[in-house]
Amino acid sequence: MTRLSVNRKAYEVEADPNTPLLWVIRDDCGLTGTKFGCGVAQCGSCTVHLDGEARRSCVTPLKAAVGKEVTTIEGLSPDSTHALQKAWIEVDVPQCGYCQSGQIMSAVILLKENKKPTDADIDAAMSGIVCRCGTYNRIRDAIKKAAMNGGAK
Amino acid sequence: MTAKTELDRRSFLKATLVAGGSLVFGLHLPSKSRAEERFGIAEPAVAAFQPNAFIKIAPDGKVTVTVGQSEMGQGVLTSLPMIVAEDLDVDFANVMYEQAPADKAFANPMMGTMVTGGSSSVKMFFAPLRKASAAAREMLVAAAAQQWGVPAESCRVAKGEVFHPTSRRAAKYGTLLDAASKLTPPAEPKLKDAKDFKIIGKPMKRLDTPAKVNGTGIFAIDVKVPGMLTASILRCPYMGGKVGRVDEAEAKAVKGVRAVVTLGDGVGIVADNYWSAKKGRDALTVEWDKGPNPNLSSDGIYKMFADGANNDKGLVAKKTDDLAGAKSKAAKTVEAVYWSPFLAHATMEPMTFVADVRKDSAEVWGGVQAQMMVAQVVGKTAGVPADKVKVNTTLLGGGFGRRFEMDYVIDGTLLSKAVGKPVKVIWTREDDMQGDQYRPATYNKMSAGLDASGNPVFWHHRVVNDAIMARLGPGFGFELKPDQLDDSAFEGAHNLPYDLGQMQIDWVRKDTGVPVGFWRSVGSSHTAFSTECFVDELAHAAGKDPLAFRLATLAKHPRHAGALKLAAEKAGWGKPLPKGMGRGIAVHESFGSYVAQVAEVSVDNDGHVRVHRVVIACDCGQVVNPDTVAAQMEGGMVYGLTAALYGEITLKDNRVEQRNFYDYKMLRMNEMPKCEVHIVPSNEKHGGVGEPGTPPIAPAVVNAIFAATGKRIRSLPIRPEELKQA
Ligand code: FES
Ligand code: FES
Repeated sequence: MTRLSVNRKAYEVEADPNTPLLWVIRDDCGLTGTKFGCGVAQCGSCTVHLDGEARRSCVTPLKAAVGKEVTTIEGLSPDSTHALQKAWIEVDVPQCGYCQSGQIMSAVILLKENKKPTDADIDAAMSGIVCRCGTYNRIRDAIKKAAMNGGAK
Repeated sequence: MTAKTELDRRSFLKATLVAGGSLVFGLHLPSKSRAEERFGIAEPAVAAFQPNAFIKIAPDGKVTVTVGQSEMGQGVLTSLPMIVAEDLDVDFANVMYEQAPADKAFANPMMGTMVTGGSSSVKMFFAPLRKASAAAREMLVAAAAQQWGVPAESCRVAKGEVFHPTSRRAAKYGTLLDAASKLTPPAEPKLKDAKDFKIIGKPMKRLDTPAKVNGTGIFAIDVKVPGMLTASILRCPYMGGKVGRVDEAEAKAVKGVRAVVTLGDGVGIVADNYWSAKKGRDALTVEWDKGPNPNLSSDGIYKMFADGANNDKGLVAKKTDDLAGAKSKAAKTVEAVYWSPFLAHATMEPMTFVADVRKDSAEVWGGVQAQMMVAQVVGKTAGVPADKVKVNTTLLGGGFGRRFEMDYVIDGTLLSKAVGKPVKVIWTREDDMQGDQYRPATYNKMSAGLDASGNPVFWHHRVVNDAIMARLGPGFGFELKPDQLDDSAFEGAHNLPYDLGQMQIDWVRKDTGVPVGFWRSVGSSHTAFSTECFVDELAHAAGKDPLAFRLATLAKHPRHAGALKLAAEKAGWGKPLPKGMGRGIAVHESFGSYVAQVAEVSVDNDGHVRVHRVVIACDCGQVVNPDTVAAQMEGGMVYGLTAALYGEITLKDNRVEQRNFYDYKMLRMNEMPKCEVHIVPSNEKHGGVGEPGTPPIAPAVVNAIFAATGKRIRSLPIRPEELKQA
């Protein structure tokens, strides 16, 4: 049994400590907002926060999360009112939507560390997250909009 | 539940009052998938009116539109409700979608099995949805008029309310449901005049966005079914290969592994959860039968195609009367070979399917594009009648033609049948990359001629590739004969709009053994590249501006010309650019939409191409949601640009060499060009929007590279080696 805290809720999971956090979150905790896209740290769909830092959960073993706080898209806000979620809705960013949890979770960290990101800052922070539907320009707009509206809470 | 039991079979609409006092209008939407359309497969005849879409009005006035149409990012879950809101005359804020099947109270056995996806949703549904909504509105008006004892004609509607101006009475739709349910739907309701549209043609917020920003949107990979197991399949990496000897002892020893199931071309591990399945899979030892062409390679295919282009007669896809004469008289002849590689779809969500096969029935969940076929395939695979298969459509984590295929559907069904439990099968990215049905690689031998004053006198294009229909046909009981054309192999080439004198388009079919399939925009994904680049070459050979040359030969094609002019104007065609930059233009029609793109690029000393800006002009006929059109045009362009810059699936020893995003690269945020989309105002019939944004970008970029560097790229993807400064 491994103890884990996800979105401020305690879980006890049976998974082997080397299991990627992604599959623990999805299969053991039942939180499916975090997505699987490549399994090898290439696409960022699986991005979550570990003690406030962006992590690719597909290559992060469960044991690395022990004693830390894991935040997933479900834990970002109780009612989709995080500044970035609001901006995402306002700009109508998603197409298929599959990559968007990873996009938003990455953008949250960007805005936490940088209140007014430039285009270059956005490129640097967001280029690891693939969107096969090509929503990049809207993601950029939404990040800027959220920054204008006060950014991360 | 008080239902209208008397069902008029000729009626297109059925109104039913359901529990809770909501009024449900059932209607039948015709629907065909792309392949069904290409094959001319008819919908099965049904004995009685079988609704497959529903418009529900609740007592509180909220309207829910239930459709089985697949949402793969193209916004169909928003555009269809918009159409309803317009003719029903309700506030769009009160309208929501529901993915079929919905409430058991009005589910029917064919529900969810007849409705499919593709570039044609709006095209097919616009008229029937409008008619049904208008009929529903007239029934509500009639109900109010009856209550007030006034003629229906004297009533007005707006925002979900019926008014009688002279007596100043008003009734919200929600209060009229019971009375309306007792009326017979009008056969020919009066549609709203297009000039009075308040919703259609206006940018509307997508209804599915909220669920896509908080993790609640359910894709196939997220489906949970009680008692469900999860599977991963070690698939034969060789094309057409099979499982040989399997050593499953170590896999079985992995904790959580419940079963090892040998399928024809792979070995499935069924386990308590994904990671156990994956570990079990990694512990397998399998020897493979390497298939019928163990030496198949990209080089070999290229040689086979080149040989076909030069030596095979092929089939004639289009021809005017005197190509030979025009060839002999041309003052100047231009020749070139254009090559497009095999491409993978790489949907963001890898293939995933959930199946629960029981004794006499099955229920399945998936992000599928062809529900009707899924029911048939699952039924056949599971040994249950197709009408006992319930297909639940989830969100699709990208479609692009990939989820039209049935391989992952069969995987899930076979595994569930084998273990007698619900099974979710999840492909790895590597499975997806190596087990795709690829965009056909295409070799193009092209020649064209000009007279002494630079006017085009002939165009001869020989297209060599695999036939998608040769593979897909048998699934429909159809065999592509050697003398039969498969339009999907050369569409866009044989209907080239330019008047270039004598024209001939030949198609040489080659059966390489590589499974090929529909890839966003299908044949146009490569014909736009070969034709629009070669037209550019011809313009330069004639000493003419590429835009002027195109416009001069498009006299009979005003919609192509209109898109070109708008794109050129917005891009500032002809205006000087900073040194080292170039501008290229291309136009292409596909799925009834005409799209022109202008790309601005620069090339650095190492030969790396940077696309700075793309201006898109599209004429998609009448538009429902311009914001969706813009998003789809931009997204389609990115899909094509990614392929032009990086996309290439290569083969060696009968297997695909690429594995994951590190060797099949995706365009990323830092490479994303600025993009503008301009829509040509139009009342023409609806064109598709999901695919037509893809074809023009490769030629626009390649033509821009020529403008910037004088170097002509004729083989994709664009290779920096070819553009490096010496
Ligand atoms: S799934 Fe983790 S980076 Fe792609
Ligand atoms: S919205 Fe589809 S992958 Fe990003």
